[in-house]
Amino acid sequence: MSAVLQNLIDQPYKHGFVTDIEADTAPKGLSEDVIRLISTKKNEPEWLLEFRLQAYRHWLTMTEPRWPNVKYPPIDFQDIIYYSAPKPKKKLASLDEVDPELLRTFEKLGVPVHEQKALAGVAVDVIFDSVSVTTTYKQKLAEVGVIFCSMSEAVRDHPELVRKYLGSVVPTGDNFYAALNSAVFTDGSFCYIPKGVKCPMELSTYFRINTQESGQFERTLIVAEEASYVSYLEGCTAPKFDTNQLHAAVVELVTLDDAEIKYSTVQNWYAGDENGVGGIYNFVTKRGLCKGARSKISWTQVETGSAITWKYPSCVLLGEDSVGEFYSVALTNHFQQADTGTKMIHVGRNTRSRIISKGISAGRSQNSYRGLVKIGPRAEGARNFSQCDSMLIGRDCGAHTFPYIQVENHASKVEHEATTSKIGEDQLFYFQSRGIDMEQAVSMIINGFVKDVFTQLPMEFAVEASKLLGLKLEGSVG
Amino acid sequence: MTTTKTPLLAVRDLVARIGGVEILKGISLTVNPGEVHAIMGPNGSGKSTFSKVLAGHPAYEVVSGEALFLGQDLFAMAPEERARAGLFLSFQYPVEIPGVANAQFLRLAYNTVQGARGREELDPLEFDDFVREKLALLDIDPGFLDRSVNEGFSGGEKKRNEILQMALLEPWLAFLDETDSGLDIDALRIVANGINSLRTPENAMVLVTHYQRLLNLVVPDYVHVMDRGRLVRTGGKDLALELEERGYDWLGAGATA
Repeated sequence: MSAVLQNLIDQPYKHGFVTDIEADTAPKGLSEDVIRLISTKKNEPEWLLEFRLQAYRHWLTMTEPRWPNVKYPPIDFQDIIYYSAPKPKKKLASLDEVDPELLRTFEKLGVPVHEQKALAGVAVDVIFDSVSVTTTYKQKLAEVGVIFCSMSEAVRDHPELVRKYLGSVVPTGDNFYAALNSAVFTDGSFCYIPKGVKCPMELSTYFRINTQESGQFERTLIVAEEASYVSYLEGCTAPKFDTNQLHAAVVELVTLDDAEIKYSTVQNWYAGDENGVGGIYNFVTKRGLCKGARSKISWTQVETGSAITWKYPSCVLLGEDSVGEFYSVALTNHFQQADTGTKMIHVGRNTRSRIISKGISAGRSQNSYRGLVKIGPRAEGARNFSQCDSMLIGRDCGAHTFPYIQVENHASKVEHEATTSKIGEDQLFYFQSRGIDMEQAVSMIINGFVKDVFTQLPMEFAVEASKLLGLKLEGSVG
Repeated sequence: MTTTKTPLLAVRDLVARIGGVEILKGISLTVNPGEVHAIMGPNGSGKSTFSKVLAGHPAYEVVSGEALFLGQDLFAMAPEERARAGLFLSFQYPVEIPGVANAQFLRLAYNTVQGARGREELDPLEFDDFVREKLALLDIDPGFLDRSVNEGFSGGEKKRNEILQMALLEPWLAFLDETDSGLDIDALRIVANGINSLRTPENAMVLVTHYQRLLNLVVPDYVHVMDRGRLVRTGGKDLALELEERGYDWLGAGATA
């Protein structure tokens, strides 16, 4: 094994840490001291510390949102550890040491063996693979000037860009969880596409999966300069476990004139067991700013995991003729709760938005679509089309739709369509009477239901996501 | 009318209920290869229930009695196993399945049944050629393959789609539940021709109907009259004509005496 590799595995701290504080882990709870500790440990510039402190002071004045249609016991924010030194993941010698349940899932998803190993954290040759992949894509991106790195690296290597855009779309005091994230985020991804560049490949956080844990307060910033394009993939279909229950990420996107960002997510965090015990709380703020004229931001999400999902990827359509899109499939089963949707804020003239939301509820889960379409006074000629469809599987689940529409001028057009359907006994019997078993029937019906969203996903992702839906619904009928 | 052939279907003393209400009160029926039976009777007599129970609809409960299909215990089989074994039900009200393309549905059904019989399965291109021949048989527009299963179909289109499925799956025994209802004269003739072309000495059909008009085109060997959950009378094709003339009342009254 090369020395570089050995370093990568063993490295307890990133180089350049100030080591005047001995502990690897901050004490429980949140205070200005803890925030200063995080900033010091990460060797951050003064302005970023100020950013964090400002967010923290704002957060202290805020209360946790209670309007989402979800229920959970109060969170003790003083019982959370907000910083611990990044540690390499524990490596396993072979797939035999991996949780068999996880392997079974991989198999059903059709994840190739070498990827299974990588995802489960197995063995050195795989790390080697992942390093070589990393090197290849970094070279390719560097040739065209695309920056794709961790947020920590970005703060160190591109401070002027980070300072300019961080918090420009989601301000530090935007909402309770965004404020918390702004105060304590430890890492995340940064991506910058220079003027006129079409990013030569789809950027995926998957490339970075083994290099470090992103932590529970992840921060992502993507900036697309004039006439540039990038497609960004977040997450993967493999189930993701974490000992931290609360996750509060912030994602900010900025597009300048004629630029386009396509952001796709497949989320499969641990959802708790069949009785609703455990599972991640995923309270995310995602927002894109179409700052430039004719720019476009497109969100596609497939949400299948987490005990609770609270998430509204939104677009602020500031530039004239800019376009915002939101394509979503949210699936809940057992005791999962999801309150998800989008906000389309039309500010500029002739801005357009499109919302396609497909909610699938099974088991005893509750699935809510919540969306705001706001057309401002200056947004003449703005247009929105929304379609929100819900599907129920079984009798004990719920589907809810909360559309909010605010129109402040007379020269715009808003359309909203909604349907609720149920996979009924008679539909399933129809398939069965033609020789098709129930699981295949459900999978076929569901795939038909989500088709309009899945066509927006990159091809490979779509195939995996389709298998994932089948897997998540296993045993929910019959 | 004795025969040495093994019956396709042998039902004995079948009692079945839905939601605690007994609908079938002791039905016996034997169907041999090559035969066409008609079951007639007034609304609510249990005709549709009988075919759904045999196909395995989960809402119905078999209380007692037995049904052997090709010598196998039908009630021990899941609905999809019955279909794979060669039992077919053409629905009175075929359900709509939004988002699922008809071509995709037909191919999955076809390949599943073919696979169960150890026959060759077809890829999408091969299937497309194959299904187009069958479409011609029933005078169905090929554009219909791209539409969602039964969604927005007219009553006649739904019924043709059912017969198309029968043509594809080549069942040993088909129950056609009011296939004639909702069809105009031309459509009825097309569907009847389709049904006749699918008859072989090895398979059999049971036509569930109110009216004589289908039976003029698909001529039955036996006509049974169902009333209040029982088969109260069995005869030849002339019985249907008699019913057309006299109605059901004279039979129904006798049955409950």
